[in-house]
Order: sequence, then C-alpha cells, then structure tokens
Amino acid sequence: MARTSQRKWVTGYLIAVAAIFILYQFLFPWEGLPIGIYDFLQLWLPPTAVNESLVYVICALGLNIVVGYAGLLDLGYVAFWAIGGYCAGWFMSEFFYQINVHFFGSVARTAPGIHVNFWGVLLIGGLVCAFFGILIGGPTLRLKSDYLAIVTLGFGEIIPQVFFNGDNIAGFNLSNGTKGITILDPIPVGVKNIGPFDFGFKFIIFVLLAALMVFISLRLRKGKLGRAWLAIREDELAASMMGVPLMRTKLSAYAVGAFAGGLGGVAFATHVDGVYAERFNFSISIFLLAMVVLGGMGNVWGVIIGALLLSWINSTGLPAFGSTFNDKFGTSINFPSFTFLLFGLVLILMMLYKREGLIPESRLRLILHEGDAEEDITSKESK
Amino acid sequence: MALSTNNVLLASNISVQFGGLLAVNDVTFGIPEKSVVSLIGPNGAGKTTFFNVITGLYKPSSGTVNYDGTDTTDLPPHKIAALGMARTFQNIRLFGLMTAEENLLVAMHSHLKSGILATIMGTPSQRKEEKEALDRAREILDFVGIGKWAGEYARNLSYGDQRRLEVARALALNPKVLLLDEPTAGMNPQESQVFIDFVYKVRAERDVAILLIEHDMKVVMSVSERVTVLDQGEKIAEGTPDEIRSNQRVIEAYLGKAKGGK
Ligand SMILES: Nc1ncnc2c1ncn2[C@@H]1O[C@H](COP(=O)(O)OP(=O)(O)O)[C@@H](O)[C@H]1O
Ligand SMILES: [Mg+2]
Repeated sequence: MARTSQRKWVTGYLIAVAAIFILYQFLFPWEGLPIGIYDFLQLWLPPTAVNESLVYVICALGLNIVVGYAGLLDLGYVAFWAIGGYCAGWFMSEFFYQINVHFFGSVARTAPGIHVNFWGVLLIGGLVCAFFGILIGGPTLRLKSDYLAIVTLGFGEIIPQVFFNGDNIAGFNLSNGTKGITILDPIPVGVKNIGPFDFGFKFIIFVLLAALMVFISLRLRKGKLGRAWLAIREDELAASMMGVPLMRTKLSAYAVGAFAGGLGGVAFATHVDGVYAERFNFSISIFLLAMVVLGGMGNVWGVIIGALLLSWINSTGLPAFGSTFNDKFGTSINFPSFTFLLFGLVLILMMLYKREGLIPESRLRLILHEGDAEEDITSKESK
Repeated sequence: MALSTNNVLLASNISVQFGGLLAVNDVTFGIPEKSVVSLIGPNGAGKTTFFNVITGLYKPSSGTVNYDGTDTTDLPPHKIAALGMARTFQNIRLFGLMTAEENLLVAMHSHLKSGILATIMGTPSQRKEEKEALDRAREILDFVGIGKWAGEYARNLSYGDQRRLEVARALALNPKVLLLDEPTAGMNPQESQVFIDFVYKVRAERDVAILLIEHDMKVVMSVSERVTVLDQGEKIAEGTPDEIRSNQRVIEAYLGKAKGGK
C-alpha cells in the first residue's frame, strides 16, 4: 500500500524533472521560442532559481533527518552548508596555488592548486561535515532541546564568521576572507566537463544528489536506525528503556544530516561557481527549518515540496511579484524585504494550526491504513 | 527473608534520595528465575522509583543491582535493557506515531546487527535480519492477541490494547525479567481477569520472571508467588500472598488505607 503511494510520488517527481529538463535544455535556448514566453520564464522561473531550489532540497532532506526523524532542533544547519562549500573551494580550485595536487581533476595537470574530481569532493564535503556534525553533537546532544537549539545556533554563526575572517589565521589564508574563493573546476561527467553556465546538466546532477538523499532517507527510515530515530522523537525515555542508545543514535542523525549539508554545500558552490562567506547566514538555517516544517516533518516527499516552494518564493516569486505589482500600480514597495516576515508567518501559522505540516507522514499513513482496513473487510466478507 | 540463590535479579540495600526525601530506604529485593513476584504498597511508597533504579534510569544513592550475574548498578538504561530487562510504564509510553509492529522492532534494536551502510544498500543479510525481526514481532503481537493491529499506529489502539502492546514491546526485548508497572490500572474487573490469565500465559510460554507492581489485590493475590510490601520507601513485609494477607503491619499500612480511601 505504502509502496504504491511512494511510486506515485516518484513518478510525479520524475515527470516534473523530465519536463523541466526539456524546457531548459531545449526550449529555453531555442530561437523560435516566442519572446513573451521567454520573458515570462526568465521572470517567473529562471534556470538558476530551479537549480538553487534543488540545493535547498538536498539540504532540507538532510535537516529532515535531524528535525523530522530524530526530533532534534538544529538552528545552525548553515554551518554544514558553509563547510561543504569551502571543501569545494579548497579542493576544486587554484586557491592553494602554492601546491599542485591533482586527483582525477577536470583541469590541466599543470594548473596550480588542489584539483580533486567533483565526485570525490562531494564525498569529502559530506564526510567532513559528518565529522563536524559528530564534533558539535558530542558535547551538546546531552543538553535539553532548548539549549541544543541555542548551541547549534551559535555553531551556525561561528563557522561562517571563521570563514569570513579566515584570510589570515596566523599567516595562513584559510578562506580568502570577504573576497571568497572564485572559479571552481568544471564538473567532469565523462562525455564533457560541465561549466558554471551549463544549467541543464547541473540540473540533472543536483536532481541525482537530491534523489540520493531521498533514497538514503527512505532506506534508513525503514531500517533499524530510522526506527530508533523516530522512537527518540516519540519518547526518548521509553526508547532508552527499550535498548536504544540515545547518544549514538542522536549522533548518527546529526552525522547523516550533516553529510547532506556537505553535499548541498558542494553543489551550491558549483552552482554559484565560488564560495562567499557572507552568503552563509542565519536566514538559510531558518529557511531550511521552515521547509521541513512546512513540508511535514519526517515526510521526504512533503519536505521536497516545502523546499521547492519556499526556495522559489524567496529567490523568484516574491521579487517577480514585487516588480510586476510595482509596474502595474506605479508603487515602489520592496517586496523581497518581506521575505522574513513571510517565512516567520509561515512558521508561526504552521505551528499554531498545522503542526503536522502540509503533507504529514502520519496523516498520509493513516489514510493508507484506512485503505488497508477496507481491504481487510472486503477480503473477509468474500471468504 | 529467604533470598534463594537462583535469583535472576538481586537488588541489595537500595536507597534513593530526592533532595530531602528518602524515596527508597535500604531495600533488598530478589526475583527468582521464572517466578512471578509482586511489589505492592500505597501511592508514593517508592515502587516506581525502585523500578527506575533496577532499569538504570536512576542511580541509587547507595546499594547495588545485580542482574543475571552482572553488576548493572552503573550501566546506562539501554545496556541494561539489551541484557534482557524489560519494562512497561505506569503511564503508557508507547511510540505513538509508529505502528504496533514498529514499536516492537524498536525493542529489538540491540539484537539487530546491520550497520548504516548495510541498511542503505539493503544487503541480503540486512533484509534477512529485518524479515526475521518482523516475523518475530508479528508472532509476539499474535501472542498478546493484537496481531490484527500490527500495522496500526500505537496511539490509535484502544486503552487495553495499548497496555498489551506495551507488554508485547517489552517481550520483544527477549527479556529474562519483565517489570510491569500497574498494568491493570484503568481496567475493569473483567479486563483485569483477562490480564491475569495473560500473565499466566506469558509465564507458561516465555522463560521470563515477572515483577508486578499492582494495586488490584485480586490480581496480586492470584498471580504472585511472593509479595513484597513497601511503605514510605521501606520494605515492611515479604512473603507468600497468604502471609501478606494476614500481616498486621501490611493491613495497617496498606490494606487499611486502601479501604479507607474507598
Ligand atoms: N524524579 C523524582 N524527583 C523527586 N521526587 C520523586 C521523583 N520520583 C518520585 N519521587 C517521589 O518519590 C516518592 C515515591 O514515588 P513513586 O516511586 O512514584 O511511588 P509509587 O510508584 O510507589 O506510587 C514520591 O513521594 C514521589 O513524589
Ligand atoms: Mg508508581
């Protein structure tokens, strides 16, 4: 039963992916496309916004493991995004020009710097973040949730600050400070190298990463670890009395969640073709949290919708609506500045009236089980 | 007080202090293998606190707990549970938004060996292990008589079925000792009788010792081989149900009060 519904979701998303890929890979660059449609798309759904929203999907799926599955609050998730980003900056550019390290890189062997293959960097970014997840989780996960929220909040503020001011750490340039690290190596995919403006191929890569996170989430959810996460979310004390090691289980949620943050961070770095410390601010942590809450904590399909929707509103919807509105009525209201108001409202309203999210895991399953019960009755009656 | 040598659990000289309150005062208590023993006493006597010490939730101010040859006094709860000490709660504490069978699978956590990568990849051994665990969970649910609710959310079950599910979840730990904290609370006499039969069935078919905290004297007197009475943290009596029934201190401390309360 649950299987068929899952198949529906997968099919739905695959169709959307195919449609968007065809749209941007073939129709968008096509000269015969009427200028009106082109302008409309450019205003309401530019390719950069699509790809950026996928980065949010990847990270929201990671945060969903921490918040949605294990029920732990994390207000500093942006830290992992940043660390992942800098992994891309360090290992896929000429930033460390003093040395010359190549590992299946996509640039000429003579190029200075560290040039690790993009797929390798993904793994590195994910693992480094998982390590930091454990590092921050170790001492803090013993705290009650309110304190945990504050510590993670601090972590999310400190890490970007370290990068922001990290151009001279006892003479060592870690992050290039405010200038950031620019121009990353292209992504090798066998047939060609994908540069910064190849939206179509990057779209596919980001979709694959998001799909990987969906796969990992669902597999873990069905297994021993996922059950332990949920048990902790439902009743921590009872879980420990049933043999679930609390610290280890929570740490693993942090590690897996952080791993996704690393993937997202690397993906985001290739998306903007660089790493800039000022981009990693608190608002990202809150956006991601809002996406998880809106989508229905614990339900990957809902979280994806939440991420796509809120990311789109933030990057495109609100500015596009604003400019259209201002043009029409001759006003000059700064609509994007209302983003926080809007997201804050979403969070508060969700908490007040729809705690389970738009597409909650529980409700979905309840509906499915009602279906099961009906089936039972009919099968019994026919006997 | 004859503490037989084949105690599966022996708590010696346990004291628990909450600030100025001595909730459990120098209590020594053993559970013989495969026996059914009861812990009774008025509200606030320290029964649940004693459970919490045995299961590792509270560390005793003094005293030791020995379970099946292991000193568990300083072990964390999940390790004690994994050794085969299972409990239910006075106030039902199920994993409400997980299905009945998932509740049982959680309790099998410490028996399952598959790691995170094996789970993601779905290796044959992981699938096999999961399938076996699920079969066992369903078997236990059938055993306690709620097999048809295997796929239902725990919080959607009726009160009585939730109580059963708690016992089933505890049995999924494959315990040598089963601690039941007021399992018939909120049940009517018929339901209590069904529960008594159920306890007999558990003891007959599962190799498990049962420690029961219970208010319903009918239940206590009919199922227990031995009864221990706590009052204000102290053990005031211990013996067979008949001995307890006729014990003057018990009548004063407990039965008298219970009658007076009604
Ligand atoms: N965590 C705690 N902190 C402080 N006092 C407690 C705690 N748990 C129990 N107590 C107190 O210890 C005494 C014994 O409680 P309890 O073990 O729950 O009694 P019983 O289960 O026999 O009714 C009561 O006075 C109760 O208020
Ligand atoms: Mg009690």
